[in-house]
Amino acid sequence: MSKLEQPAAPPGTLDEAAPRRNLDVLVQEDRVHRLIYTDPGIFAEEMTKVFGGIWVYLAHESQIPRNDDFVTTRLGLRPIIVVRDSAGGIRALYNRCTHRGTTLCRHERGSAKAFQCPYHGWTYLNSGKLSGVPWPDGYACDFKDAQFNLAQVPRVESYRGFIFGTLNADAPSLAEHLGPVTQPIDEWLDRHPGGRVVFAGANRLKYQGNWKLAYDNSCDGYHVVFSHRSLLEMENRLADESKKGMSFYRSKPDDAPMYCRYFGNGHHFKDKRPNVEQRPGALWEIEGAHPGMEYFENEIRQRLGDKANRALDLAASEPVNINVFPNLLILGNHVQVIEPIAVNETNLVWHGTAVIDEAGELEGAVDAVNALRMRTMESFPNFGEVDDAANFEEIQRGLAAIEDEWVYMHRGMDIPGRIKVDENGVITAPATDEVFMREYIKEWRRIMQSRPALRVRREP
Amino acid sequence: MRPERDPSLSSWYVDETYYGTLVKDFSDFSNWQRDELAVADPALRDRCRALLEREARLLDQGQLDEWLALYAPECLYWVPGTPGGGDPRREVAIVFDDRRQLESRIFRLRTGYAWSQVPQSRTVHVVSNVEVFRTAEASVWMIRSTFLVSEFRAQQSRILSGWCAHRVSEHAGGWEIRVKQVNLIDFDQSLRNLSILL
Ligand code: FES
Ligand SMILES: [Fe+2]
Repeated sequence: MSKLEQPAAPPGTLDEAAPRRNLDVLVQEDRVHRLIYTDPGIFAEEMTKVFGGIWVYLAHESQIPRNDDFVTTRLGLRPIIVVRDSAGGIRALYNRCTHRGTTLCRHERGSAKAFQCPYHGWTYLNSGKLSGVPWPDGYACDFKDAQFNLAQVPRVESYRGFIFGTLNADAPSLAEHLGPVTQPIDEWLDRHPGGRVVFAGANRLKYQGNWKLAYDNSCDGYHVVFSHRSLLEMENRLADESKKGMSFYRSKPDDAPMYCRYFGNGHHFKDKRPNVEQRPGALWEIEGAHPGMEYFENEIRQRLGDKANRALDLAASEPVNINVFPNLLILGNHVQVIEPIAVNETNLVWHGTAVIDEAGELEGAVDAVNALRMRTMESFPNFGEVDDAANFEEIQRGLAAIEDEWVYMHRGMDIPGRIKVDENGVITAPATDEVFMREYIKEWRRIMQSRPALRVRREP
Repeated sequence: MRPERDPSLSSWYVDETYYGTLVKDFSDFSNWQRDELAVADPALRDRCRALLEREARLLDQGQLDEWLALYAPECLYWVPGTPGGGDPRREVAIVFDDRRQLESRIFRLRTGYAWSQVPQSRTVHVVSNVEVFRTAEASVWMIRSTFLVSEFRAQQSRILSGWCAHRVSEHAGGWEIRVKQVNLIDFDQSLRNLSILL
């Protein structure tokens, strides 16, 4: 008879919850326990220690281009208004009236110098300062006291347009937290005129599964050929498969020059660029078929002549996945944001990005480039990500099996010479390795075992 | 039609003019959903209703070749992510499929490996509130309808809803659909598994 398994985290009564959540047991070298995806207590703790205790992506500066512009978002589960205040400073205000807790702003975006609470009418400037309450003579207190101003995220910093916030006074600077992942972010931005992009609509998906399933997947080169077989076959329908983007993963992807990389602090990176010839137009040549492709390519070639290839490459999907822990995934031409909603519910917002060309580098072809680029961006959310999201939901369903406890992430482990570590600790491995998963989940465990001091601040 | 311009194989027709017309004709629905343009003729309205009912039936029965045959060669199936549709040259849509991409979409659903549709959803498309409007072209009509799609998949049922704009033209004694614009009421929210045709 084969051996019977002893559970690592036996189901127990409520007072036994603490040992069940021992993360040294639940996160092992080669595998993690199902509870890290299914336990509401672990999720609740993530919403403070991860989404609060470290730098978390909040919004993009192009969403609030002018003073008084705002977008509403979340930091973990906290409702937040990211606003460019009347003096031009970027703030992340708690969308929560100090009086009785009502959310102040229910719009997703807009422009406002002040926010008035719909419940009793307390009004706040977009700096977070309380500017007035109805019938103040009914109060003995001094409303100039800072305690009545809105709570706000104490540390808000941007990296080249990406706005992050943390509640942790002891967190390192944003630059230090990002570390070497800024290099691929810089390269991603610098391929565009002016080194920047603006947000341009979004494909918004939702799945009934834990948020980490998306982060696990974001660098997963192992699933592509199988999970996205329908997309590969669809592209193959119209063209020679060897020329198409996803077909980087044909046959044995580990033999290709693409790689995955772990940068530290939970950030990882899939770089497929080495699979593409390094010459203008090479990226565009491997792009699939999209609406308007023939017409706009012809327009751009007519207009730009031998400079057309560089412009067309801007409409093609950049073959990188830059994953900034815990919630920012820059991939192709998208900026994807992971929004945890509940232990088993997650939103994935795929923001499209457009090229802007203030210096005229594209000689008037920028509109045609964007008309192509919008269509190339719609492809993966429609024909790829829906299948990923369906699989994430099925993982969550599978993980309901209590006694079968482990999720493996040991691909590439213990194979001599396979994984390289440089002098800065940056880890590089073949494209299908799960080393990035093992490393980021160790960082997750470190954060979850820490005791960050979370603080809000208020205007004085 | 020159062979290299076959809209199943290339996309020349989605050009600057095409986009310009879409934005002009669709993005502000008050331009075409006007009482003075509404068609009163019950026979014409009934023909339009029959077209939409047939479309709903073909979708519910998974007869996607027959469904696509309702569409003009140079057609568009469009689910905007912005109110009215915005300008699709400058912002991504939820779906923006020309003829070639619709054929690809159907091909993909039939590979057996489109996991978001394995097993397939069961749907009921309910179409109602059908109104027909004249356009500047004598044989081209705009139809506004409302829809509820009841979808059952993966042990759950849900309702998707909104309104559609169909641009249809007379063709060989019947209709062909040139554009179908599907305006979900929750177009700007995160939606689960939107992998069926609406
Ligand atoms: S809760 Fe906002 S004014 Fe009372
Ligand atoms: Fe995927």
